[in-house]
Formats: sequence, C-alpha cells, structure tokens
Amino acid sequence: MKLVDRIKQFFVQIGELSYFAGRFFKEVFTPPFEFRELLRQCYQMGNRSLVLVGVTGFIIGLVMTLQSRPTLIQFGAVSWMPNMTGISIVREIGPVITALICAGRIASGIGAELGSMRVTEQIDAMEVSGTNPFKYLVVTRILATTLMLPLLVVFGDLIALYGSALVENLKGDVSFQLYFNIVFDALGFGDIIPATIKSFFFGFVIGLVGCYKGYYSKKGTAGVGVAANSAVVMASLLVFVVDFIAVFVSDIFYEL
Amino acid sequence: MTDERITYKNKNAESESDTTEERKTVIRIRDVRKSFGDNHVLNGFHMELHEGENLVVMGRSGSGKSVMIKCLVGLMAPDSGYIEVMGKEIATLNRQTLDELRSDIGFLFQGSALYDSMTVRENIEFPMRRHKEKLGAVSDTTTLVMEALENVGLGHTLDLMPAELSGGMQRRIALARTLILKPKIILYDEPTSGLDPITAKEIIELMRSIQIKYNTSSLIITHDVDCARVISERMILLVDGINYAEGTYAELSASTDPKVEAFFKK
Repeated sequence: MKLVDRIKQFFVQIGELSYFAGRFFKEVFTPPFEFRELLRQCYQMGNRSLVLVGVTGFIIGLVMTLQSRPTLIQFGAVSWMPNMTGISIVREIGPVITALICAGRIASGIGAELGSMRVTEQIDAMEVSGTNPFKYLVVTRILATTLMLPLLVVFGDLIALYGSALVENLKGDVSFQLYFNIVFDALGFGDIIPATIKSFFFGFVIGLVGCYKGYYSKKGTAGVGVAANSAVVMASLLVFVVDFIAVFVSDIFYEL
Repeated sequence: MTDERITYKNKNAESESDTTEERKTVIRIRDVRKSFGDNHVLNGFHMELHEGENLVVMGRSGSGKSVMIKCLVGLMAPDSGYIEVMGKEIATLNRQTLDELRSDIGFLFQGSALYDSMTVRENIEFPMRRHKEKLGAVSDTTTLVMEALENVGLGHTLDLMPAELSGGMQRRIALARTLILKPKIILYDEPTSGLDPITAKEIIELMRSIQIKYNTSSLIITHDVDCARVISERMILLVDGINYAEGTYAELSASTDPKVEAFFKK
C-alpha cells in the first residue's frame, strides 16, 4: 500500500473511532440500561484480570527495587528507596503497566469476541430480536473497562509496593510498617489524583478500541484475528498517547 | 430487464394464484436495488409473500438472496425501492416501531447464530427481554422455553452450551429461539446449508410442521433444490439481481429456459 493511502487510512480510522466514541456517549445516557450485562462484564474484566495484574505488579515492584538499590547505595541515598518506588509506581509505572496488560488481555479479548459475533451473525441476530447490540455489547464493555481499570491499578500498585517492600525488608532490614509509612508520607494528592483520573481514560480507550475493532470486523474468520491483533496494537499506542496528554495536563495543575 | 422475467401461469398456477390473491399480502417488495461498489447485487427485485404461504427464493451463491432477506428486516438498507412488511414500510420506521415489527418476524440465520457465551435456555430467553408485553403476564419463562424446545424435539438440552451441540441441533435450537415470540412470518436463510442430507430432511420436516402448527408465512432462501421441492408452494428464481422466473416447483423444473434449467439439472 502506498504511503499516501496509509496516511489516508489512518485518518479515516481516527474519524471512525471518534464517531464510534460519539455514539457511545449518545447511547450510554439513553434507556434501556443493561445493568446485568454491565455487572457481568465488570466481573469478567475486573475479577479475571486480578491474578495477571497482581503477579505483574509484584514482579515490577521487586525488580525495580532490586535494580535501583545498588545505584542508590552508591550515592548514599538508599533511605529514599520507599519514596522513589512509591511515587514512581503510583504516578506512572502502576497505571501504565496495568493499562498495557489490560490492553493485551481485555482489548484483544473484546476484539476477538465481537469479531466472531459479527462473522457468525450473532450481532445481526441480536438486532433482529429487538435488542440494540451497540448498547448491549459495546456500551457495557466500554463502561466495564472504564470502571474496572482504576480498581485494577490500585490493586496493582499495592502489590507492586508490597514486592518492593519485600526486597527492602530482606536486603535492607526495613520493616513493612516503616516502608509503607514512608511511602504514604511521600505521596500527595498531586500523585494520586492525576494517576487515578488517567486510569479511567486508559480503561475507556482500551474498551473503545477493542469494541471498535471487533464490532466492525470484516473478511470472515481471518478478520477476527486481525481485529484482536490490531486492537492490542492500537489500544497500547493510545495508552501512551493518553499518558502523554495526562502528564502534560497534570503538570499545569500540580507542577510535577 | 423486465422483459427477461418469466412468470409461469398454466391452469394449476392460475388456480394457485386465485387462492393466494384471496390471502393477505404480508411482505411486498417493489423494484429493490442494492449495490456494493460496482457489484450490483439486486437490480429491481419484486416479490410478494401471502399469509400462510411457503415461498422459496432460489439463487446461486452470491446472487443477493441474503442481502434481500436482510433488507426485509432492516439489517441493511436498499439503495432504492419499496419494502413493506405487514403493511408497514420498513424505510419509514423508527427504531422502536421496527423492533415491535421484528417481534412478529422470526429469522433463522444461515449459521444458526446462537450466542456462544449463553446456554440454550439463555439463548431462547433472549428475544423475550424486549418483548415481554407480547407474551402477556408470564412470570415463569421456563415453561415457554421448554415448550419451544419440545417443538423442536430438544427438551433435554436446556442447560447445554451451543458448542456442545451438533450442527443440526444448533439449527433446531435457533428455530426454537425464532419461535419463542410466536412470529407471524418466518424468514429462513439457507436452513439446510452445511447439514447432512438426513438432518437437512429433518429440518425441512420441522419447518413444515411449524408452518402447519402456527400457520406462519414462510420465506425460504435456499439453493437446495430438494428443500425447495418439499416445502415450496411457490418459487422465485433470483438471477442477475432480478426475479428471473416465478412459478411452482413443477412449472419451473419443467422449464426449458437455460437459466432456469441450470438450477434443476442433476
């Protein structure tokens, strides 16, 4: 494909994604509301991601502390370890890593599920039976990811901090209580609020991209794979774009 | 284009027409056209389905049969033309009215289209979510679900997942789901495709028994000649996007027109 066509296609996709987001905001406030399906999706996306987010968070906390420790010792600043890990995990690493894991697990799952539903005419069957498939499938999934991601981020942050505290406890004789006291003293609203707000946006883009790719999946069963794959790529990319914007905006309010 | 159309009207057909004219028309399609880029799928298609009638529309793969049936229920919009179902023009209906109308139309999809993540019970209950008023004061849906399942001879599958069923069973469950709202019209999109001849025959028998039991009007889209022979009262051959030939199975199978003959050659 020519470069011009690729650029054109990129902007077409951005336009379609914006229209899809607009339709979401229109449908989300109009009845009937699919509460039961929303709860089911929250369970599917939240509860079933806990182990993955927890294990990843634990390893990140562990590795980050192990890697930083020699350098901080060299500069005689090892006592700053809880402050450094606490702030970096809560502000940046926790939300971004959790969002990337969810982009891989949830966006691809949604893309593949909706894609196969499109290919096997299940979405058409839903439409014919009088249920609005956009409301039932798309709105519930985007809402679920938007609501669940901040909770997963909080969970991931806590486990990552625990991993970091474990290393400090084993290598530096710092008690868990002291470690967490220092971390929570170091953290301010300027660290927690922007990170929490951007987590909602991460969840929104992950759900949006997964649904968009799956809902408009084409070209038969091969299209399902393409939908799942491109959902992960696009969602991961957008997580970084949203992160950049979030850091830029929070810098205005909190002077990071 | 119009000159090319063949309508068979021998003595039998005329007497057939007399009876169908007395019946109310439930679906009326006039000059429907639909294109996908340069691919002109429907080029002025006409059709009428009467109350209690079994009409088969036959055509080759890619001839626009499925497109036509999707236009009928508002899943696709035609480029031009007029589509009326039970006295209501589809193009003028808002979402709510269209959904109400859809509760009177059953649609059996080609691949059954059962919801993978739901059990058989949930699949059959699904259409009832939005049309509870049509079923009256029903507090226990299990009786209705069981009745629908018994109609298709699969009462024991209530809590199974679609993946645990064979192709023929899935088609029967899809038919049960279609029947749950007691539709007045049933649209069958390739009801026997992908099934072995014995299962296909069972599905055809099931369609006939449903038609007799509920007095539904049926529009059957197929390229299966055996299915058309057994079930059709009247047939339309869809060729080059138009209703090329129209008549009973006997009339069309005896035709000497090369395009019509091609369908019936063994």
